[in-house]
Amino acid sequence: MTQLALVIDLNVCVGCHACVTSCKQWNTSGWAGPMVDENPYGADPTGTFFNRVQTFEVGNYPNTETVHFPKSCLHCEEPPCVPVCPTGASYKREDNGVVLVDYDKCIGCKYCSWACPYGVRELDEQQKVMKKCTLCIDRITDQTLPEAERQPACVLACPTSARLFGDVHDPDSEVSLAIRERGGYALMPEWGTKPANHYLPRQKNRMHISAEELQRADNPLTKEDITVYTGEETLDDVTW
Amino acid sequence: MHPAFSVIFLTTLIGAGQGLFLALFTGQLYASIKLIEPQGAEFYGIGSVLSLLLLIAGLAASFFHLGRPERAWRAAAMWRTSWLSREVIVLPLMMAVVFFYGVFHWMGWTAPLFVVGGGTLPIDATFLLGLIGILVAFALFVCTGMIYASVKFLEEWHSPYTVANFTFLGMASGFMLAAAFSAYLGNHLVGFYGTWAVVFTLLGLATRGASLLRNMTLKRKSSLQTAIGVRHRVIEQKSQGFTGGSFNTREFFHHKSPEFLKQVRLAFLVLVFPVPVLMIGLAYVMESPTLPIMAFLIQYTGLLAERWYFFAEANHPQNLYYQSIS
Amino acid sequence: MRDPSVHTDRDTGRTEVKETTCYMCACRCGIRVHLRDGQVRYIEGNPDHPLNHGVICAKGSSGIMKQVSPARLTKPLRRKPGAKRGESQFEEISWDEAMQMLAERLGRIRAEDPKKFALFTGRDQMQALTGMFAKQYGTPNYAAHGGFCSVNMAAGMIYSIGGSFWEFGGPDLERSKLFVMIGTAEDHHSNPLKIQISKFKRKGGRFISINPIRTGYSAIADEWVPIKPGTDGALFLALIHEILKVGLFDREFLIQYTNAAELVIDDPERDDHGMFYRDHTAEVTEGCTDPENKLWWDRNKGQTLTHTKGADPRLMGSYTLEDGTPVKPSFQLLKERVEPYTPEWAEGITGIPVATIRRLAYEMGVTARDQKIELPITWTDCWDNEHDTVTGNPVSFHAMRGLAAHSNGFQTIRALSILMTVLGTIDRPGGFRHRAPFPRPIPPCPKPPHGPEAVQPNTPLDGMPLGWPAKPEDLFVDDKGEPVRLDKAFSWEYPLSVHGLMHNVITNAWRGDPYPIDTLFLFMANMAWNSSMNTTEARRMLTDTDENGEYKIPFLVVCDTFSSETVAFADLVLPDTTYLERHDVLSMLDRPISEFDGPVDAVRLPVLPPKGECRPFQDVLIELGARLGLPAFTKEDGTPKYRNYPDFVVNYETSPGSGIGFLAGWRGEFGEKFLKGEPNPRQWEQYAANGCVFHHELPRSYQYMRNWNKGYLHWARAHALTRWAEPITLHIYSEVLQRFRAAAQGKWPGRQPPDRLRKRIETSFDPLPYYSEPLETQLIDKTRYPLNALTQRPMAMYHSWDSQNAWLRQIHSHNYLFVNPKMAIAQGIEDGDWIWVESHLGRVRCMCRYSEAVEPGTVWTWNAIGKAAGAWGLAPEADESKKGFLLNHLIGEELPANGSAGSLQHLSNSDPVTGQAAWFDLRVRIYKAEQDGAMATEPQFAPMPSMPGQDARRRGRWQAYVAGLFGKN
Repeated sequence: MTQLALVIDLNVCVGCHACVTSCKQWNTSGWAGPMVDENPYGADPTGTFFNRVQTFEVGNYPNTETVHFPKSCLHCEEPPCVPVCPTGASYKREDNGVVLVDYDKCIGCKYCSWACPYGVRELDEQQKVMKKCTLCIDRITDQTLPEAERQPACVLACPTSARLFGDVHDPDSEVSLAIRERGGYALMPEWGTKPANHYLPRQKNRMHISAEELQRADNPLTKEDITVYTGEETLDDVTW
Repeated sequence: MHPAFSVIFLTTLIGAGQGLFLALFTGQLYASIKLIEPQGAEFYGIGSVLSLLLLIAGLAASFFHLGRPERAWRAAAMWRTSWLSREVIVLPLMMAVVFFYGVFHWMGWTAPLFVVGGGTLPIDATFLLGLIGILVAFALFVCTGMIYASVKFLEEWHSPYTVANFTFLGMASGFMLAAAFSAYLGNHLVGFYGTWAVVFTLLGLATRGASLLRNMTLKRKSSLQTAIGVRHRVIEQKSQGFTGGSFNTREFFHHKSPEFLKQVRLAFLVLVFPVPVLMIGLAYVMESPTLPIMAFLIQYTGLLAERWYFFAEANHPQNLYYQSIS
Repeated sequence: MRDPSVHTDRDTGRTEVKETTCYMCACRCGIRVHLRDGQVRYIEGNPDHPLNHGVICAKGSSGIMKQVSPARLTKPLRRKPGAKRGESQFEEISWDEAMQMLAERLGRIRAEDPKKFALFTGRDQMQALTGMFAKQYGTPNYAAHGGFCSVNMAAGMIYSIGGSFWEFGGPDLERSKLFVMIGTAEDHHSNPLKIQISKFKRKGGRFISINPIRTGYSAIADEWVPIKPGTDGALFLALIHEILKVGLFDREFLIQYTNAAELVIDDPERDDHGMFYRDHTAEVTEGCTDPENKLWWDRNKGQTLTHTKGADPRLMGSYTLEDGTPVKPSFQLLKERVEPYTPEWAEGITGIPVATIRRLAYEMGVTARDQKIELPITWTDCWDNEHDTVTGNPVSFHAMRGLAAHSNGFQTIRALSILMTVLGTIDRPGGFRHRAPFPRPIPPCPKPPHGPEAVQPNTPLDGMPLGWPAKPEDLFVDDKGEPVRLDKAFSWEYPLSVHGLMHNVITNAWRGDPYPIDTLFLFMANMAWNSSMNTTEARRMLTDTDENGEYKIPFLVVCDTFSSETVAFADLVLPDTTYLERHDVLSMLDRPISEFDGPVDAVRLPVLPPKGECRPFQDVLIELGARLGLPAFTKEDGTPKYRNYPDFVVNYETSPGSGIGFLAGWRGEFGEKFLKGEPNPRQWEQYAANGCVFHHELPRSYQYMRNWNKGYLHWARAHALTRWAEPITLHIYSEVLQRFRAAAQGKWPGRQPPDRLRKRIETSFDPLPYYSEPLETQLIDKTRYPLNALTQRPMAMYHSWDSQNAWLRQIHSHNYLFVNPKMAIAQGIEDGDWIWVESHLGRVRCMCRYSEAVEPGTVWTWNAIGKAAGAWGLAPEADESKKGFLLNHLIGEELPANGSAGSLQHLSNSDPVTGQAAWFDLRVRIYKAEQDGAMATEPQFAPMPSMPGQDARRRGRWQAYVAGLFGKN
């Protein structure tokens, strides 16, 4: 069975929010839209977004890491949000593992959001139905799009290509490879939700310099006269 | 969690409704084996109406919780997996049982269908309805409780205490209401119902107290470390990614100070448990017709606070992701 | 719901895709705008565009919301009779009335004294046109926003290596091994840099960020080196010290391609002390070049002309020439200069441990030396030496305003340029690479006018409005050495202010110093808010009146797309279009989007019709030029020469028959030429057919070493990029600066500074980089204001532009002051507290947020999030004004008058060399505010009411956008 998912590379994410608004603009006018905004030009503006970029600080100054952390629905393999839905509006697609909401069936009871530890479902406060990341289902399954464009909007937008997209069940896919080779991990594994989305950790490149490398025979300083004699007195002048 | 008044009223009202029904039938059961004075059709009829009104009020309150109440009927679909769906089925069933229980009593359709117990216990339709009602009422307590207890992410709720609390506190308030009802009617069941109400209140105190103790020492499964997958002692969120709030900041957090929470806890611990018990005791001594009514109203008010606190004290792991704006 | 997998989005309506260029920031990515039934459905990056390769950022993805913003201005407006300026009371007028009013007023001024008209523009990307309009009009008072943006970065590097960062050049991360980023803003060249940093990290490159704050790109650095603001110069000098001391410099590169080995006269008694010794008998190309008549000291033969075949010159030592002149190689002077700048010395200033400074120097030096790249590319240098390979030392740098926006920024950036040069990384693989039209001569050839006689009634300005002084005679001053320009650019106060000093225009015009003006025309510059320093005072100056009740700045014209704070102060408002509604050119004459591999320029094509009565500003200027009868815009019979901007772009040539126009691609009658060629009537169509971008990829042998690459330089001359095909030697030692210093010392035969400025010039025009504390820091009480206060650019916002954007403002609707907890706790300030931030000018109130990612002596906030109430189409109670705040209120546009400056009154708070606004020099203290009930930020201003023509739609509580429709439910 296919399980589509995102793999997010925290090693290169700079927190630019491109995925946040590219998602919004694709989806508000698409299958999963609209994505309503409340008080768009007033106090406390708030709206539906399927994807957020958060910022965490790890450690104390000066050993601080700033971690930008994009988060959207993880399309769990054991999605706890699905069985709790009383109407069957929340479902996981058989063909590709994407977790979706059927707005026509949703009664807006919010129970699915309680059953999600990741806080990725958002109630449309105007339409009063639950909405969430669809992995741009209307892009990735649209056979009329060129294959390169059959990807979620966030993946196409991401300037650092920190978002990889593919089938995590296919061991040879780019995403599986990344998870395997780069230490991809799941969020909150303690709940057994088996998120399909994975995260790749930070990696550090360091440099080591040995003393030999600093003092080499071809040092350009050897090309210069180290001292210049300008007529001062030396021991040669006063001793015997 | 954000304590939504719709759900607070839903759970407390139907709890009292179920409890009242159970009290009515308990009374009938005791009367049928001649342990207490039998009551007339009026007592059961009006009592059932009261119970039904509570259930209806609870149901009505629940509609305010739904974004799309007109589609509520769809909620019965997933009974195989969803406790919410099950509640949606059992609640109308409960209402039907109470309705027919009341109607049969009111209409006097109480001719024995058969007799058991060596001729001592005649079984009529209301008796059968009552027995079914017990099952349905407990099923409903379980469904309602399990809606919360089954969400493993809400660790404050994810324990057998939740079902026990819903059951005992619902029964306490129901029996308290029965005592109040009896006091209002001026019959002699105030002591009977009062005693049971005290028993359930104390049981409720035991389980609620146990759950409070449990929650105080709860060791959370999730942490910022597991939430973002970084191993470090010191992790702080600086930005949740937006400044004006979202569904995730509204639905899962009470937005009140810890101090306020403590006060609510104190309030319900006083209002639900010692005060009604004392009042019932006092009513027993003074034979006051108003004290039991006061006791019920105070306990119910306390239960509203208890339920508010129930929601507020539950800390959803998603809150790890929504802590700070900048 | 329908099964999404069987339904195609494109069936929902009539779908079209139009290509154009983004303008949600200065980056200028290619975009594809998807329309559904004529309304914007979706904007995506153009995968075929050389800049962004299909990616798009948060701002670019939110272009839709710019289109529907209630802040849009849609009608020309005039201040209501009787209404006071600043109250934002306007009445609609027709375009014809507006143009007539302008033409009449500007015509009168032009006939009397053209300099009384001042035109200043923001980040407009149309300086080619606006500058030309100003020149044609005859006013010297023109500049764009560069003076308060990053002119130090431009000038400091261009005066050293003939190119600079951002549009002019950048780090070659594709081949680099070590990337050092210093004080970078995330808003320039942002998508290309993001793409490159990511690739760089993935292929194992080491990324070091030196910055007081760890945000943005710094977050993913392998190492963060926190530094105290304004001390970067000290760090660079210490790095150079260490690299020279250990011998990690690229000797061969320094000798061949820089003036390191060239001999400088070393005799303080002589007037030409500090100048290069020149052999006047040598045959040289005269002009805007670096004549090759200087000497080396060959180790065997002694004095010899530079680049003599077989010579092996000394870099160090001191020598006496045959005529008895004592000389030193300029590298020796550099060595002497950096001698005291030890890592130990720098530690105390920068806060960076000695061991870290040493290690950084070694990492740079060893990587440059040991990980050399040899590309098998043959090329020929200017001295006809054939090279089989191109060598690269793969250490690259990127820096921006963290260095630039300090009053010591010019010399700091000189130090960085020299560091990059001694490592041998200039226009080489893996190092710094130029972007066409750079490299340019040091300094580039255009010069400002030289005196007040350049300004004459009804006559175009004699000279370029902005230019690159190379000697005191190039300054734009009168006989007494006093400024001719309103902003005092190119005067002795700020001699190399190559981008002008827009930040002093309002203050100078208000004070009438050097002279009062009549009309100030601001295009797209928010001078009543975040584009001014000392904002509260700037707002007061705009409304201040003289004793007759006349405004001190009599007439203010504002052209903008949105109701910014500045619009409220206008007497005349002209509504501009958005980027989706007009033609634009990103021209080789301005700041093109060239790549390392060759020149690139681009256009915008309208995707949507203009909203309301909006008109593209270019059309307005061209019509105004014609109405005023400016020669470039009118035919001989006085009728307009151009119908509109597209017509102008196609047909205009810089001079008749020059073949140079605004667009470089598809020139010539049939579009067969590029860069230079006859006008092509079908040029726009050809751009449209090619994704709105023209990209000429140079042959590989022309892609490197372009300062000295004979093939490239001749190609550039053949294609009119440059006039001279002479080598562009890197200036480790800046004789240009020495000329100004000599003038200050009375040793220059020509112009000399007024006495009050001699000391300042002598100090700041040091031919070798030095470190000094920022000017404001020298003048204020550091114990009272112990903290540095900075701003950072959030990647989801471009300056003040995006608060009107319903999506982007949800990410940053208000801002906090970030403080290091250690510092805050010591002052009893808790996370989230309301605090006062106080500078020598005043104080602002805001909320604070703890952060472990900031150097403890620094506090910072996101730039320009705070707004004045009611501005930008927002409700008066919007977060931006109630919880957001602006740091600019605290930053002086002028230096504090006290202290050692003595008689130097009214000096701009700017770099004394370039006039770069020193807004990062801000010193503050913070303390807890009394926590009273309803808290809001301070200062607050009376809410700006909505203007006629502003979208009254006020959709109320909800906005649900579905491809141009609202509220589908």
